[in-house]
This record gives sequence, C-alpha cells and structure tokens, in this order.
Amino acid sequence: MESKLKPASEERDAPIAELRDASKHYGAVVAAEGLNLAIRRGEFLSFLGPSGCGKTTALRMLAGFESPTSGDILLDGQRVNDVPPHQRPVNMVFQHYALFPHLTVAQNIAYGLRQRRPRPPEDEISRAVERALETVRLPGFGPRRIWEMSGGQQQRVALARAIVNQPKLLLLDEPMAALDKKLRRDMQIELQTLQRQLGITFILVTHDQEEALSMSDRICIMRSGRIVQVGSPRELYDRPASRYVADFVGKSNFFPGTVTAVSAGRTELAAAGGHVIAGLAPVGIAAGQRASASLRPEQIALTRKPAGHALPVTVVNRIFLGEHTEYLVRNGDLGEFLVLVSRQAEASEGGFEPGDQAFASWSEGAALILEDD
Amino acid sequence: MRLYALAVYLFLYIPIGVIALFSFNAGRHAAQFQGFSTQWYGKALSNPFVMDALQTSLTVALASALLATLFGTMAALALQSVRGRVRMAFDALIYIAVMVPGIVIGIATLIALVTLFGWLNPLIEALWPLAGKAPQLSLGYGSLIAAHGLFTMALVIIIVRARMAGMDRSLIEASADLGATPWGTFRQVTLPQIFPGILAGFLLAFTFSFDDFIIAFFVAGSQTTLPVYVFSSIRRGVTPEINAIGTMVLAVSLVMLIAAQAILQRGRKAA
Repeated sequence: MESKLKPASEERDAPIAELRDASKHYGAVVAAEGLNLAIRRGEFLSFLGPSGCGKTTALRMLAGFESPTSGDILLDGQRVNDVPPHQRPVNMVFQHYALFPHLTVAQNIAYGLRQRRPRPPEDEISRAVERALETVRLPGFGPRRIWEMSGGQQQRVALARAIVNQPKLLLLDEPMAALDKKLRRDMQIELQTLQRQLGITFILVTHDQEEALSMSDRICIMRSGRIVQVGSPRELYDRPASRYVADFVGKSNFFPGTVTAVSAGRTELAAAGGHVIAGLAPVGIAAGQRASASLRPEQIALTRKPAGHALPVTVVNRIFLGEHTEYLVRNGDLGEFLVLVSRQAEASEGGFEPGDQAFASWSEGAALILEDD
Repeated sequence: MRLYALAVYLFLYIPIGVIALFSFNAGRHAAQFQGFSTQWYGKALSNPFVMDALQTSLTVALASALLATLFGTMAALALQSVRGRVRMAFDALIYIAVMVPGIVIGIATLIALVTLFGWLNPLIEALWPLAGKAPQLSLGYGSLIAAHGLFTMALVIIIVRARMAGMDRSLIEASADLGATPWGTFRQVTLPQIFPGILAGFLLAFTFSFDDFIIAFFVAGSQTTLPVYVFSSIRRGVTPEINAIGTMVLAVSLVMLIAAQAILQRGRKAA
C-alpha cells in the first residue's frame, strides 16, 4: 500500500507500531484507556479478552478507523493519529471478510494494488494476484465469483487481498469466528506458517484463548478497556500477574484466603480450614490482604496413600481426555477443584472412580499467590 | 377467507381484463365482443392526438425520472450521515410525500406555481433588457416535470435507502483499508452496490410519472399527457381505441415494474 509516511527509523529493533497512552472514549463510554504497547517488527501478537474489553478498538485505532481521544498511535516511529485508513500502510482481514460481492476473486485481490498512484501495469498486478492466490493455496480461483466460494475459501481470499499489498501490519479481526472447529484448527496452523514465511507483523484479535496461545509470539490480555498483561504464551501461563489472567489463560484452581507472610521467594496464604498454601507472588502483595492461591490442575498429584503434605479428597467426577484424565475432587475445607493426571501417573497409581477416597498433593511452594480482581 | 380474497382480486382485476380483452374487439361497441382484431391499436397509433400525448408523456416521464433518480440518490446518500431528530423529520417528510393523495399534490402544486408565476412574471417583464416582449413563465412541460420529479424523488429515496441499509458497512471500511480514497470507494464499491436500487428507482419513477393522471391534470397547462387525453376523450364515450391505449399503458407499466422487481431481486442475491 502506498504510504505518505517516510519511515523514521529502519532500525531492526525499533517497534513497527506503538500505542502510547492511547484512550478511546465514546461520550461516557470508555472503550480503551491508557493503552501502552510496543509492537515488535515481524512478531505475531494477539489481543485477547472477552467481548467489550477494548481489543477491537485497539485494532481499529491501528487501522485508522478510530482515532484516539487522547494519546498517540505510531507506525514506524511516525505519529499517525490523523492519518486516514486509506493512507496507512496497514491492511485488515475483517471478521466477515468484507469481500466485494460485485467483483471476482482476482479483482478483489487486485483492489489494493489498483488504488496505488501511479497505478502499476496490469501484467504486474495479475502476476502479484496469481502469486497471492498461490500463497493462500487457491491457485486458479481468480475468475470465480465470491459467492461461489466456501467460508474457508473466502477467508483465504480475504487474506490474499491483504497480503498482496505487503502491509507493515496485517490486522486480523476474529478471522476464525465464522469457521467450524476443524477448519479453524487448520487455518490457525496455516496462518502461523504464512506469518513466518512472509515476515509481516500479524496482529490478531480474538476471544479464544486456545487460538491466542497456539499462534502468538506474544499475547496482550485486555479487560474493560485496559491492558492487563503482555507476554509470551508461556510467561502468561507460568507467571500470570493476576487471577484474571490465570483464569483466562489455561485452567486453574483458585483457593481464596488471607496472605499471612510475604518474603522474597515465598508467600504464604491461609485458605479455608486453616490450610496454608505457599508459593510465589507478584510484587505488590502484602500480608493481611485477601488473595487467591492458584494451582494448575496438572501441578496437583492424586495418590491413594498420603504422601507427606496431602489433602484428603473424594473423587467427584472423571473426564477421560486421552493422554490425560481430568478428575474433579472435593476436600471438606477447600471445596471442589480439578486435578489432571497423566496416563503415566495413572498407570502407577491405578485409575480412580467417582466416590473413591484419595489424597491430593503438590510440591511445596508451587502455587502462585494472586490478587483477586 | 380464501374465497373472500378471491372475490376481492376478481373485483380488482376483472375490469382490467375486460379492457384488455375489448381492445382486441373487431366491432366498435364496447359491450359485445365481435371477433379478434388489432385494428384499434392501429387506429390509436395513427391518431396524431394520441401520438402527441404519448410523446409528451414519454418526455415528461423520462425527464422527471432522471431528475428524481439523480436528486433522490444524492439525498439518500446524504441522509446516511444525518442522525437523530433531523433524520426523523426527513423520514417523515419523505413518507408523507408518498402517502399524500395525488389530488392534494396536484392542487397544491398548481396554486404554488400560479402564485409564483404571478410574482415572477411582472418582475421578468420589468427587468427584460431586450426589445420586444419578455418571455412569460407558464404551466407546461416544466411544471409537469417539476411536479412529477418532486413526487417520484421520494420513491427513489426510499428504494435507494432500503438498498443501502442492506449493504455491508464493512465493505466501505475494507475499501478504505485497501487504499481507496473516499471518492474511489464511492465509485468502486458504494455505487456498484446500490446501483440495482438506483435503476429500480428510476423505472418506478418513470412508471409513476407515465401513469399519473391527477397531478398532470392540474399542472399540465396547455400540454396533454396520455392519461389526460384518455380522460378527455372518454367523455365522448368509451371506444375500443381507448381500450387499446389503456392496454398499452398497462403493458408498459407492467414491464417496467417487473423489470424493477427483477433488478432488485438479482441485486439482493449479489449483495
């Protein structure tokens, strides 16, 4: 896409795009508040959060469909707050694709190139279109009409229409929402491969944590118009900054209680029934405050005999997941929680049936003590 | 219930059917069918008064439909960015324009134009810089086209707006996102998307103008449109020639309406 902006910096490390304290208000409604984010060149970044969390607003500010009420949007170091969408070197794949129904597949893909001034010669355009169709694995589909294409094919056309312009950012607005589950999985892998191959910075908006976890280099978790935490999928999973993030990324058990002791490597929480759970805590947790201990189901072991510091539990339910079995167990003090047992562990301990008595244990200090929000 | 509906339809359509049937009557009496003939069509088409009236009707219909389509489309586009009370007021006015009886529009337009001419004509005469007689405004083609154009413009606005409402807003954003200027987006996306509505609006406007008797009766001045001609000649009795003219007008209108409907249907599929 033609840009009226000159790149301020060709430096590899300079962020390709930035949100600087960007807020968007609609009257009294706050869609986004004080967003700060530097998007790295060539990364696959996802905005993750429930609907209404401001992720789409963030994307639309990058595309130019919304301008921030306050703060700045930067593309390649240049402030673009007032640059209209048609002058931004950024392309978007829309949620329902927004393909032009009166144009053929090839004409749709060529649309962006045809807007350039000076307009590239026709043979150059048709070669670029053919290449883009091959990239999305739809060679020869150029003359088709849009309504002759299936949902999955339409999505590839939308993708081709965006990447043919070699944008600085490719914005994807819940692109998988309209696809069925199987197709979605295939498309996720394909998108990821494509991103590596093209080296274009991809920014995905999604409410599907699995999708964000499996595809992204980094995830930006949002809630009520604010950024809650930014990090790699692993960082977010292992070191969530709050209960909200731990709950949103993967499954976790939460045991509410009061913080009793805080020291460098170890924070203690007194949960229901006087059970003390120890673990790491993010900075800012103070003794005496209410918090929750978070334990991932796979961090908890289930045994027939008490192994050191173990909680007596009753098995309530069992879900077979193939490689793992998920048990819902109940403790008199702490209530119900989930335990994920691997096939291997189950082989040594034997399977549990609902109603069985067992013991749940975890390695000392494995929990995360997180602020409730 | 069905029987009742059937009775209503028969009551509505039998007279029309009879007119079409008797237009092919070989005899000259309107009451009894004396064999098939197309002689009345020949007679009607070779009647200079009929041809004159037809020409007037076609000219007025074409001109008013073009004007209505142009301004109606522009109004529909502009109304998109109008919100709140102003929008409600415009919506109400547009629907009123369609619902007000023709006779009211006819009389109101006549009074308005005559009053206007009454003010303007002396002014033109006073300011006329050349020698000789100053031109005078009077009822005729101009008033017919203006009255029909204003009335049918409301139809065009309604049809084009319905079409726009069915259009996916994200298409416009997608076009801008791909680098098209606002004018480029209008030309390459909006216009092709709403074109079926514009065309259907034009055809409907043409049909309404071509069929209209009441408004034309008041504002035609010295001109005679086809419906006005039919009305005046009916006073001398219904002849098969009148039936033939009526049937032809009906055929033209039906073809136009069917075409408009087909365009809208096809457009809906492609949207």
